[in-house]
Amino acid sequence: MAQPVEISIAAASRKVTVPTGLFINNEFVPSVDSNELIQCINPATEEVICSVVAGSVADIDRAVAAARAAYNTTWGKNVGPLERARLLHRLADLMERDRDTLAELESLNNGKPVRVARDFDIGDSIGCLRYYAGWADKITGQTIEVDNKTKLAFTRHDPIGVCGQIIPWNYPINMWAWKVAPALACGCTIVMKPSEITPLTALKLSELIVEAGFPPGVVNTVPSLGSVGGAALAAHPDVDKVAFTGSTVTGRKIMEAAAKSNLKKASPERALLAILEQVSLELGGKSPHIVFASADLEQAANWAALGILYNTGQDCTAGSRLFVQDTVYDKFISILVSKAKEIVVGNGFDEKTSGGPVVSKMQYDKVWSYIESGKQEGAKVILGGQKRAGKGFFVDPTIFTDVRPDMKIVRDEIFGPVLAVAKFSTEEEAVKLANDTSYGLGAGLHSKDADQCMRVSSALEAGTVWVNQYNLLYNNVPFGGKKQSGIGRELGSYALEEYTSVKAVHWNFGEKLDWPF
Amino acid sequence: MPSTFEYTWDTPVYKGKTSFSTGLFIGGKFVDGSNGTTIDVINPATGKVITKIAEGTPKDVDLAVAAAHKAFETSWGLKCPGSERGRLLSKLADLMEEHNDEYAALEALDNGKTFNWAKNADLGLSIGTIRYYAGWADKVHGSTIETGEDKLNYTRHEPIGVVGQIIPWNFPLMMLAWKIGPALATGNAIVLKPSEFTPLTALLTAKLIQEAGFPPGVVNIVNGYGSTVGQAISEHMAIEKVAFTGSTLVGRKVMEASAKSNLKKVTLELGGKSPSIVFDDADLNVAVNWAAHGIYFNHGQTCCAGSRIFVHEKIYDAFLEKFTAKSKSLKVGDPFATDSFQGPQVSEIQFNRVMGYIESGKQEGATLHLGGHRIGNEGYYISPTIFTDTKPDMRIVREEIFGPVGVVIKFKDDDDIIHQANDTVYGLAAAVFTTNVNRAIKTAHALHAGTVWVNCSNTLYANVPFGGYKQSGIGRELGEYALDNYTAVKAIQINLT
Repeated sequence: MAQPVEISIAAASRKVTVPTGLFINNEFVPSVDSNELIQCINPATEEVICSVVAGSVADIDRAVAAARAAYNTTWGKNVGPLERARLLHRLADLMERDRDTLAELESLNNGKPVRVARDFDIGDSIGCLRYYAGWADKITGQTIEVDNKTKLAFTRHDPIGVCGQIIPWNYPINMWAWKVAPALACGCTIVMKPSEITPLTALKLSELIVEAGFPPGVVNTVPSLGSVGGAALAAHPDVDKVAFTGSTVTGRKIMEAAAKSNLKKASPERALLAILEQVSLELGGKSPHIVFASADLEQAANWAALGILYNTGQDCTAGSRLFVQDTVYDKFISILVSKAKEIVVGNGFDEKTSGGPVVSKMQYDKVWSYIESGKQEGAKVILGGQKRAGKGFFVDPTIFTDVRPDMKIVRDEIFGPVLAVAKFSTEEEAVKLANDTSYGLGAGLHSKDADQCMRVSSALEAGTVWVNQYNLLYNNVPFGGKKQSGIGRELGSYALEEYTSVKAVHWNFGEKLDWPF
Repeated sequence: MPSTFEYTWDTPVYKGKTSFSTGLFIGGKFVDGSNGTTIDVINPATGKVITKIAEGTPKDVDLAVAAAHKAFETSWGLKCPGSERGRLLSKLADLMEEHNDEYAALEALDNGKTFNWAKNADLGLSIGTIRYYAGWADKVHGSTIETGEDKLNYTRHEPIGVVGQIIPWNFPLMMLAWKIGPALATGNAIVLKPSEFTPLTALLTAKLIQEAGFPPGVVNIVNGYGSTVGQAISEHMAIEKVAFTGSTLVGRKVMEASAKSNLKKVTLELGGKSPSIVFDDADLNVAVNWAAHGIYFNHGQTCCAGSRIFVHEKIYDAFLEKFTAKSKSLKVGDPFATDSFQGPQVSEIQFNRVMGYIESGKQEGATLHLGGHRIGNEGYYISPTIFTDTKPDMRIVREEIFGPVGVVIKFKDDDDIIHQANDTVYGLAAAVFTTNVNRAIKTAHALHAGTVWVNCSNTLYANVPFGGYKQSGIGRELGEYALDNYTAVKAIQINLT
């Protein structure tokens, strides 16, 4: 095992070679002690694409050792900022060059439309690499006046060290870029564990790491089961920081493992800080989307549809609870339903497709069980809610109305194209309903009343508030959750804080210490 | 139609060619000057004309400002997102890198510095500066500021608009990069006047700016004389900021013109008479090598040249002996020879000026310890020169010579040296040589200089700021600090009640 396989992408008349080994020290290698494989499934056809090596705990050890060795010799403080920037730009250039192939591979493994993968996922990823390349030589500390006659005090923003990075399956390439770019810009080395559901593009991107010229060990890629590789990274005594995006259940485990091992810095997006807060079973993102009476209803419907249907609802900030002001409710709902009906859900290689299947059988079953629970708990289905016949994990846009706050479809994160809609009459009521969740990742509001926009955006308990839009992110604007949706921020200058460790230097050049003091 | 300059090199260090228009670059096009006149460009290694370039006039400055203003209002400024501005700057850096050696040869031909220095020093920092500011373009942040729940207060760092930039002849390409990098990253449109002595690398850059795809009018290059084009830029009512690097004398004129016209913002990078200070506990070899670099680099034509070399009396003789040997070892010759360290001074005017200072040194009674003469009889070559036994009031000690002429002065203790080093109207840089780091820090903190080098001299990085105290200038270039020169802060206070 660990040999590259050739995959045929019939729809694009292309053959792509995909490495299947673990990527450690710039080489693709078999597992050191295991014959386990991970099967990669095409969610549109339910067929096996190929199998890749599943990393074991010993493989994680090996990868961490490689990352540490690189940190101590060719990376970390041994590589200058201009070189880090140059390599990140080179990586971006290579991603640009291989854009089409990567988009097709992403669609094959994840299901999202090829054109969306190419233009958005990969486009934003290339931008992310270039954005952080620009930061590499701008990571400055402070000089601080303490006593000009005797002391010099300053800070250094050192790289934090060896970073474990665990990424999800909903935006495989984009989440890879969000993690890799700031870590490398700051001088950290990486052991990346891509999702076992979608490891292929992470492996393919590892080839570009070599081609770009990164020294061996700087980036290592170990596909592995979360309970094996993810757990091993989180508990590893020689990993300085673990960055996690994914399911809340696993996120909590990451935090626990980190607390128990070396108090490594853990910033799981959407995970619970078990040490300080009450455990809750309702975790993740359940972002509210509010439409006020003064909104441009046509536009608001576009954004609301985008908010729940983009990426087939498999988005941590999916606007999955929609609150519509009563005076415009009927009109808005009818516009929304017609918008949702225009979305073509199908095979990612079809140019007409706007949404693909959900990523796996497990997700498919989970989403359908929520739809069933919605029906059983008495919500009204006004769109969708019917399974398709045939192959592929397809879930069509589904809208529930007449929901109550205690329903599972209103409280739990579904992670599919399933929207729960409720009415409100006053602004206060809308804000209260919106904030009635343990999550706090995203929120959106539509209103032409500027003062209302200000008041409501200030009151909403979310790490990102969209005003008269939804979903759109920029590499230079930070992103992350409040409450139980996460700790820390990605993107923007803020991500640099996650990958640097501040050292304060107090330099005495004039004070003599009297003794005894 | 402006003519095209074509040149082919067949030299020991470089074989290659260049080709670009000699016109003014206005509104994305190369055009003749409105008077139809030209300026001769001289090769200082031979004294002969290389080519003629179009001469700009105040009328051409008006046209350039109009083009810049139009670009700013339509396709640049905040109409163009920072990520796009960054992309264009990165592209320009890539193109410059493709033409790296051609640029170095062109700079050596036009300015007289050696090809090797141009290639290894000037080009690296020029391209690096463009890349550095490309990275800032989408990171120009304002702040949100809390006063209370009833207000939303925030600042925007907006581009100023049309900015004027006037650059010198000592590092033509590098000075251009230092200017356009931060200005473009922050979204300004530019009217730039290269030095009439060294316009060629600016014209090649205009060609690459066009090729990179900057919208027309974003960068305009108007060659011409200081008294016409430079003055027109300084007093233009529609230019809201001017950045000037050059002599303190001309810097004053720029500032006066601003005061008399529209109070445009002014930043200045002016002259220097920077001290190199060698303490008795210095590593002598380190000190000698860097002190020599400090005064002879770029033939002494550097604003931050370490032109006053202070040596502790205990090691004075030992230092002087080694420093003299080092100075003698520097080869002066053809910029395109493989072993030349130093080429000619940039022009006849500069040559005469430096020789005039050497003469004044002799007449005021200093000891001409080394050099002091022309080399050869073609080209403006001056030998590395050392004066000793000087007095603080001598012209060669007080005034900026801008040539390969160092004065070596004895000092006795730390207080004495701080006083002597700071005894100048200038304050651009200083270099301190000592193996005692505490002493280095204390001395660095006491010197009135914008850059203090410790155990090195004249090294620069795109991300470390540079600029002068006192009459050496106003404002800082390079680093994040340069962004302040090209942004206007607007505070917005929104009442939420």
